[in-house]
Amino acid sequence: MIDTQGLAFRFAGSATALRFDDVHVPSGGTLLLRRPSGSGKSTWLSLVAGLMVASEGRVSVAGTDLGTLSGTQRDRWRSAHVGVLPQRLGLSDSLTVFDNLALVYFAAGLSVDRRAIERVLNDLGVGDLIERRPAQISGGQAQRVALARAVLRRPAVVLADEPTASLDDAACAGVLSLLREHTQAHGATLVVATHDARAVQAWPDALSLVLSGGGE
Amino acid sequence: MSIWRWAWTYLWSRPLTAVLNLVLLTLGLTVLGGVLQAQAQVERALQRDLAGVDLVVGAKGSPMQLIMAGVFHVDVPPGNVLLEDLRWLQAHPQVERLIPLSVGDNLAGFRIVGTTHDYLTHHGARAASGQWWRAPMQAVLGADVAQTTGLVVGQSFVGAHGLGHGGPAHDEAAYTVVGLLKPCACVLDRLVLTATESVWQVHDEMHATPDMSAEDWAALRADREVSLALIRYNTPLAAVSLPRQVNATATLQAAAPAMEVTRLLSMLAVGTQAVQGLGVVMLLVAALSVWVALWQALRERRTDIALMRLLGASPTRLAALLLAEALWLALLSLLLSLVLTGGLTALIGWSLAHDVALAVGGALSWAVWWPVPLVALGVALLAAALPAIGAYRQDVQTLLSPR
Repeated sequence: MIDTQGLAFRFAGSATALRFDDVHVPSGGTLLLRRPSGSGKSTWLSLVAGLMVASEGRVSVAGTDLGTLSGTQRDRWRSAHVGVLPQRLGLSDSLTVFDNLALVYFAAGLSVDRRAIERVLNDLGVGDLIERRPAQISGGQAQRVALARAVLRRPAVVLADEPTASLDDAACAGVLSLLREHTQAHGATLVVATHDARAVQAWPDALSLVLSGGGE
Repeated sequence: MSIWRWAWTYLWSRPLTAVLNLVLLTLGLTVLGGVLQAQAQVERALQRDLAGVDLVVGAKGSPMQLIMAGVFHVDVPPGNVLLEDLRWLQAHPQVERLIPLSVGDNLAGFRIVGTTHDYLTHHGARAASGQWWRAPMQAVLGADVAQTTGLVVGQSFVGAHGLGHGGPAHDEAAYTVVGLLKPCACVLDRLVLTATESVWQVHDEMHATPDMSAEDWAALRADREVSLALIRYNTPLAAVSLPRQVNATATLQAAAPAMEVTRLLSMLAVGTQAVQGLGVVMLLVAALSVWVALWQALRERRTDIALMRLLGASPTRLAALLLAEALWLALLSLLLSLVLTGGLTALIGWSLAHDVALAVGGALSWAVWWPVPLVALGVALLAAALPAIGAYRQDVQTLLSPR
């Protein structure tokens, strides 16, 4: 599902390149990105999400070699195959919970599927918050809403960035459980960038990619 | 949801800012549109009343005053001229038509004008009821006069001396209404029309004394005067020579309406340009305000925009979102300004008709208003351009970077 080979990225004007170990994550599998702070986490996620193009090597996600796609094609591919759960959740205070989820359809240039939004919010137990704004809901509820948005269109890959940061143990266990449940339910490959030992313990069978931040 | 729906949602997510920008844009567009409308309406009204009048001849004085008094009936004539002094003009080979006008009295502030049927024909007057006068002391009322005074055919009235409201009444000489005119949106609407002889008769009776002899009456009638005369040429060449011939006489003065109105409009232009300038300044302030609002929105929505990019929205789509937001503002302010400009134009029309006796339509003219939507569009695009470029270039990794 996610295959990288000889992946490296060189920033403009930089003499050194960030190099990453090869990974192969099967469909429905889980990959933990370890030691992520300042070690190339954003770059690796951006390469896998098709936001940036590798300077060297190859990235293949859901059967598509991202290096062969144009910028527009990568945008389209990402809207169809990638779900994102950002560390800061990325919920817009200007919009209602419903509109925050509807953004997924706007980004893809599709008509809003209201029933799909209601269904996923209900599945995550926040269906009654649909007309509220993020400022009117709790942190835990906001986390569920952000997760609902990440899995709304049943993407092939879900990228979760530090999903348990700043959470107490009970909330951490809840989020990890929800993530597992709602990605495994439709066979999505899950990539979790984390330096939280609790997350590592929660997925003993997950693949790990330890980012070293090294260059040459 | 379409991009327009999203832009609408984002626009009203900050209602106070949206309303402020809407008010600023609307005011700017209304001032601009209102000035364009008023300018066009006044010019049209002036041109309409001027049509067919090549020269105005009256007593020596200000040519502008002669035009304002003789064509638009908004000023007093510089004096009277002897009818005898106009005879040579009537017989002049370059004159197609000469219409004498005698003014001096009013009915409830509406001027009583002594003239010939040619004056009615000249303005294309049509009777709403009754007929045109057949004898002295019969009067035909313009549409506004009839509506204001409530007079109908068969009723009588007396004029008052002077051209404004009030003045001593000519109780001894009553007019009979014989006709009412249909509205013409021209100067006739606000005039009481009668035979030239009526005006003479009223003033004969005012000046007459019981001890006047037959010789005195004959002398009085020999010095018949009119206020001025409207002349139409029968050849364009007359414009070169006739005014000079008239001005060469001891008592007469010629004023070319086209020239005087051009002078008048150029004087008015200073005022209208000042107001237009104010409108442009207001629009620039509005553009700046919209720009600040969109730029602020861009900063506030950095996360939203980065997220939309992560979710697959193209940079073009995000730039279009901000542009659409500005276009919504332009469209809403345009609709509001359309309503306000319509009201303003009607108000100016009413005010000019009421206070200056200038028959202005008061209806919105699309042919004049068309630049306003273009200005609104231009302001919106100008204000949204930089924020849209900012959205286009938004760093996608914002959400993936450490806090």
